[in-house]
Amino acid sequence: MRTLPLSLQANPLLGQWLSLDTPGRLTISPGKVELGQGIASALMQIAAEELDLSFGRLTLRPVDTGASANEGITAGSQSVEVSGAALRLAAAQLRAALLDAAAVRLGVPVADLSPADGAILRKGAATGLDVWALADNIDWQQPISGEIAPKPAAEYTVVGTSLPRDDLPRKATTGGFIHDLTFPDLLHVRVVRQPFRLARLADLDEARLARRYPAVTAFRRDDFLALVGTDEHQVQSAHLESEFFTRWEDAGRWTPPETPGTAVLLPPEEDARPAPGNRRLSARYSRQSIAHGSIGPSCALAILEGEQLTVWSHSQGIFPLRAVIAKVLGRAVDSVRVIHADGAGCYGHNGADDAALDAALVAVAHPGRPVRVQFSRADELGRAPLGAAMATRIEAGLDAEGRIVDWQLSVTSAPHAQRPGFGGFANLTSAEALDPEALPRKVEDLPPASGGGASRNAVAIYDLPGQSVEVTLEAASPVRTSSLRALGAHVNVFAIESAMDELAALAGADPLAFRLAHLSDPRARAVLETAAQMAGWPDPNPEGTGSAKGLGVARYKNKGAWLAAVAEVTVDEAIRVEKLWLAVDAGLLINPEGARSQIEGGALQSLSWTLKEGIDLLDGRVPVLDWDRYPILRFSDVPEIETRFLINPNHPPLGAGEAAQGPVAAAIGNAVTRALGARMRDLPMTRERLMQSLLQA
Amino acid sequence: MSGTVTFTVNGQPVTTEASDEPLLLVLRNRLGLRATRFGCGLEQCGACMVEIDGAPRFACGTPVEVLEGRAVTTPEGLDDPVGVALRDAFAAESAGQCGYCLAGILISAHALLTGNPRPSRDQIVAALDGHLCRCGAHGAILRAVARAAERLQGAEA
Ligand code: FES
Ligand code: FES
Repeated sequence: MRTLPLSLQANPLLGQWLSLDTPGRLTISPGKVELGQGIASALMQIAAEELDLSFGRLTLRPVDTGASANEGITAGSQSVEVSGAALRLAAAQLRAALLDAAAVRLGVPVADLSPADGAILRKGAATGLDVWALADNIDWQQPISGEIAPKPAAEYTVVGTSLPRDDLPRKATTGGFIHDLTFPDLLHVRVVRQPFRLARLADLDEARLARRYPAVTAFRRDDFLALVGTDEHQVQSAHLESEFFTRWEDAGRWTPPETPGTAVLLPPEEDARPAPGNRRLSARYSRQSIAHGSIGPSCALAILEGEQLTVWSHSQGIFPLRAVIAKVLGRAVDSVRVIHADGAGCYGHNGADDAALDAALVAVAHPGRPVRVQFSRADELGRAPLGAAMATRIEAGLDAEGRIVDWQLSVTSAPHAQRPGFGGFANLTSAEALDPEALPRKVEDLPPASGGGASRNAVAIYDLPGQSVEVTLEAASPVRTSSLRALGAHVNVFAIESAMDELAALAGADPLAFRLAHLSDPRARAVLETAAQMAGWPDPNPEGTGSAKGLGVARYKNKGAWLAAVAEVTVDEAIRVEKLWLAVDAGLLINPEGARSQIEGGALQSLSWTLKEGIDLLDGRVPVLDWDRYPILRFSDVPEIETRFLINPNHPPLGAGEAAQGPVAAAIGNAVTRALGARMRDLPMTRERLMQSLLQA
Repeated sequence: MSGTVTFTVNGQPVTTEASDEPLLLVLRNRLGLRATRFGCGLEQCGACMVEIDGAPRFACGTPVEVLEGRAVTTPEGLDDPVGVALRDAFAAESAGQCGYCLAGILISAHALLTGNPRPSRDQIVAALDGHLCRCGAHGAILRAVARAAERLQGAEA
């Protein structure tokens, strides 16, 4: 028997995935959620394909702990790979069951029958029967065996086409985000967040609050403080003034969690002593903490009706979130239901889960009243989990022929994996406000099976003799960090690909030729050669003339999509990326335009991180941030982008959303180095740092 | 004490208390027009953009009390030929990823094309530069605005 996708092992029944309850429509119930990347549309395409339905007949059931398949967390570009694979098998089995039922009903051989947009055809002619009339004859409790072969890729007509996103027009001109949900009698809530980890609320001047905002009440439990009222303007204004009626103090409660110490991914070879005197590189590459920076700050709604608590959240993992909310509130898991509603673009573990617990806490104290929590811009940027600061050090040497003979890479990173429930800890900020003991006592890196966290892409894709890799988690800082798009891959690929250019320079070799000489993976070579050819490599600009091209390549997670990037930059008093060329191998593309928009979106976000983003801590704490203090990419910074996919439809689809983060950062860094004649190894490459390196050069 | 203020929203007259409440919250909570978005409340991101007498303005920073006699257009009200061309072009380009930034961007693009039917790429970029998009959908958004402009020119010719 073939092994079923994990999602099917956990959710084996046909009826958990598909339903024909609504005449004329097929409803799919995946457990993966829409994160603003068009996942929902891609999953609907897959189901429509298997059942030969037109795309317009598909409905997606909101992901709901009360009704959906439990597929854990939506992350790591796994949605199409995992959920798509499960749905494909479920739909193939439903198709077979429908045709069997039709054969019995019509008394004809099943081989004569085929579905066409819901109608059952016999040898291509109408039978008057449709799939909805057969729905009652289907055993929806049957387990999905995985034995029914899905359609061969060569017959695809829906998958592989660029259907327009069905949700965007509505979202642009009416509503459709969690922020737009509303209920009669709604209570608006703003949480006054602890200004630093485990701060104690020493004083709350309720009289002053009441004088200024009589319609706003303070709901306090320990160090959790929420402002509540029916008028959002009053609540929002009171929140903006909260420093005038609260006083927080450092109670010295922070104790760093235990970390696993140094994990060795690839051990050093005993006899691989670098020969003294050979040409060597020793370099350290880094980034600061970065913010998720969703354009729509986190939001959640909740209501307690009788014993039933219902929470609406844009979390990436509503099932684990439900468990943590239940635990923090001391309620039975069954009495909590979490329903997913679309948030603004989500790039990892942001404030969504925190907002959900906030809403639950306030709702439980106001039975029967719907409550709505809205994060402020400052809290979204600075009080939600951040992308981890990290540094990657590489030591490597060349032999006389200019080949790499040894390579040691070591990563030191803040934690990338502190999602709700991980390690048995709540990992929600209000849980710590209620009880400092909720602080995580132990953090680990994500295991290699999940692609690693700090270790993601720490192993180079090149053929390197004596490659050793080790990863050290560093959790002394109270700054809360967790998963942000691509996790450690951003810096690790930046480091590896910068080092490859530095070594090529030591060897006096062209960066492309040097890479190819150390690269046997044929799909990696193919994307690299394609990107280089698209960009007209080699770079005709002489070094140090202010304008140059640079390369970067990686295979995301060392097991996902391959992507090579060439960046062209100009450098004067700031760095400007003029053009990006991207070559991608993500296997079969479900929706080519959707994949392109994810790749290019990821590339632009990486450009923004790489050139602009990093948080300067103030006394070890995250300062109050807004878009002036934390600038990101603007329209006037956007380069032209040319993307080419290398497609072999027989290769399974690979998630594309995170593949560009590392290679684009590296390509920019390598181009800047050539343009400048000096290397910037620490991200972001801001104007200030550029000036510094010019002075040093 | 405070009186009332009367203005139009998408052509409909509205009378509300003349307070310092931001237009953004009045639209969303009192008028049920929820396409205008909260992104920062600081006039820094453009998610809340509306047209006031044809010019793009931040609804998060506009107290309703200043709106007497003004005409407000929200994303829901973009149904003139320029608005329709923009909506079609954004759909055709699948411009946007999460879509949160789009409502405000449509407003600025609408104000641009209404005043300047033949914008250069630089003029489009300048008109949208007050808008942040975290998903990196900039390329498709710029293409969509240019496409709408082309279509409007075709209709004119
Ligand atoms: S919400 Fe008004 S500019 Fe950001
Ligand atoms: S599409 Fe998500 S912010 Fe622009």
